[in-house]
Amino acid sequence: MQVQTTPNRGNEFVWPEQGPTRAPFRVFSDPEIYAEEQEKIFRGPVWNFLCLATDIPTPGDYRTTTIGETPVVVTRGEDGTINAMVNRCAHKGALVCLKKAGNAQRLTCVYHAWSYNLDGTLKAVAFRNGLKGKGGMPEDFDVKQHRMQPVRVEVFCGLVFGTFSDKTEPVETFLGPQMSAFMRRNLDRPLRVLGTHSQTIRNNWKLYAENLRDSYHATLLHTFYTTFKVNRLDMDGGITLADKGWHHVSFARRAKLEESAEYAQANVHSAAYDSKLAGPALLEAWDEFDDGITHSIQTMFPNLCVQFTLNSLALRFFAPRGVDETELFWIFLGYEQDTAEQTQMRVAQSNLTGAAGLVSLEDGCINEFVQRGTHMSPNVSSFMEMGGRKVESEASSRATEAAVRGFWKGYRSIMDF
Amino acid sequence: MDQATVQTFGAPAIDAAVRYGIQALHIDYAHSLDDIQIDKWPRFFTDDGVYRLTTRENMQANLPIGIVHCIGRGMMEDRVKAFHTANIFEPHVYNHLIGPADIVPLTEGGFQVRSNFQVVRTMESGRMDLYAVGHYDDVVVVEGDSLLFKERVVVIDSRDVDILLVIPL
Repeated sequence: MQVQTTPNRGNEFVWPEQGPTRAPFRVFSDPEIYAEEQEKIFRGPVWNFLCLATDIPTPGDYRTTTIGETPVVVTRGEDGTINAMVNRCAHKGALVCLKKAGNAQRLTCVYHAWSYNLDGTLKAVAFRNGLKGKGGMPEDFDVKQHRMQPVRVEVFCGLVFGTFSDKTEPVETFLGPQMSAFMRRNLDRPLRVLGTHSQTIRNNWKLYAENLRDSYHATLLHTFYTTFKVNRLDMDGGITLADKGWHHVSFARRAKLEESAEYAQANVHSAAYDSKLAGPALLEAWDEFDDGITHSIQTMFPNLCVQFTLNSLALRFFAPRGVDETELFWIFLGYEQDTAEQTQMRVAQSNLTGAAGLVSLEDGCINEFVQRGTHMSPNVSSFMEMGGRKVESEASSRATEAAVRGFWKGYRSIMDF
Repeated sequence: MDQATVQTFGAPAIDAAVRYGIQALHIDYAHSLDDIQIDKWPRFFTDDGVYRLTTRENMQANLPIGIVHCIGRGMMEDRVKAFHTANIFEPHVYNHLIGPADIVPLTEGGFQVRSNFQVVRTMESGRMDLYAVGHYDDVVVVEGDSLLFKERVVVIDSRDVDILLVIPL
């Protein structure tokens, strides 16, 4: 007997035979596929970004977030260990922690005052023995049989990750050696949060996942980049893909710009732009690394990105909020060791990205344009053959959609499509 | 009544001309943006003026990075230039509603001014959204015969910006 794993979708959904060079538009607007992703991806064998270790430095500190759409709370225990649980009371299922962040000796559900230790184990139940000898829990009630659902946690480079699956490999194995090394380059020293905000984008989360991996669009849509020569495709740069295609790094070296005639010939509209800044402090930068890389975007499947543009270091965490809505969090970082002058440069460069970012604000609408353009055409697919049809790293060019194809390769394998 | 100053309980006397001047500055600023006369925007600031747009959460945590951070009029002019030639977005207009100003004179000259705002954004499709709610924390100074912002800190109550922000608040 053939087991039908996706009864709601029926048998009609078949990925186009061209493989990862096509993405059927249905995956961006089908609520059943969205529900499957919550189970197979976010609650599956992946590491989900939860928060920074430095967000919860002190025992009792907690922080709430979501894995997919599942509410989660991360805590720092009395002994300094980090725990994560589904933010849901074992009694009736209410949210236990309501605030974004706080400090508490124990976590208490406001509904019936069930209280939990910082590791999510149940400590006490209100009126367990009833009042005046009446009511109360049955005699065989055992607090050890009830707890907040635990989430497995690992900290890597100061980032706290969580997974629901026992099968998820350690974070470094999940990332692979190249991806781990690049994350270490950017994050493996004491971090300092310089500011945060979020941006609601009205599109499926995967459109932003594609967008981050799309080095082809970056300098065409975000023309501020090209104009001020922060990032152009004729700079020395390339793309590295992780083995499964899930994660990637795209990098460029600003110093090695050899201007190519194609920019002028392609009539890239930034070429017409006067490149002298009236406020040059925006792009004042210093070389932080010996490898010459001045611009990089690193993605980690499913929904995290580390951005390093000049000295602007930021995490972008994009949380699905429904099949056609995503909350994109911008977490701007510096290092504890930064001088005041370096912090000032990171602050000035923060104008480049974020909800009002001079080189990023377009992403707030472009993915929505795709959402609106595709939602009534589930059986039509996108076409992604820039740089060929293969899913492989490209050491010397970013005029490619290789990383987007990588995403779809990884997506199909985890979704079993 | 020949009283030239307006005094509120517990607050120092503010010259009526100053109060009206600051009100006019607020109105002119808001209406310029509502009419997308964005080229006028940097001119409301002193040369070394600061424009910061951030969230209540960042202010409370004393974090320096918000959403926009222009130090000096030049950085504002670059944003205006980017608005006209580089940035891509769906056309929309703002409608600012500004609350009355709370004015405190500063010993070093100028005034600390706080006022609330709400901005409704209307897209070309006709969709209207309450886009931003918050307050302005201003330092207003007299330069020649003009009142200008030496600093305007825009603090939005929400952590979240809907879609994008390209026209200043």
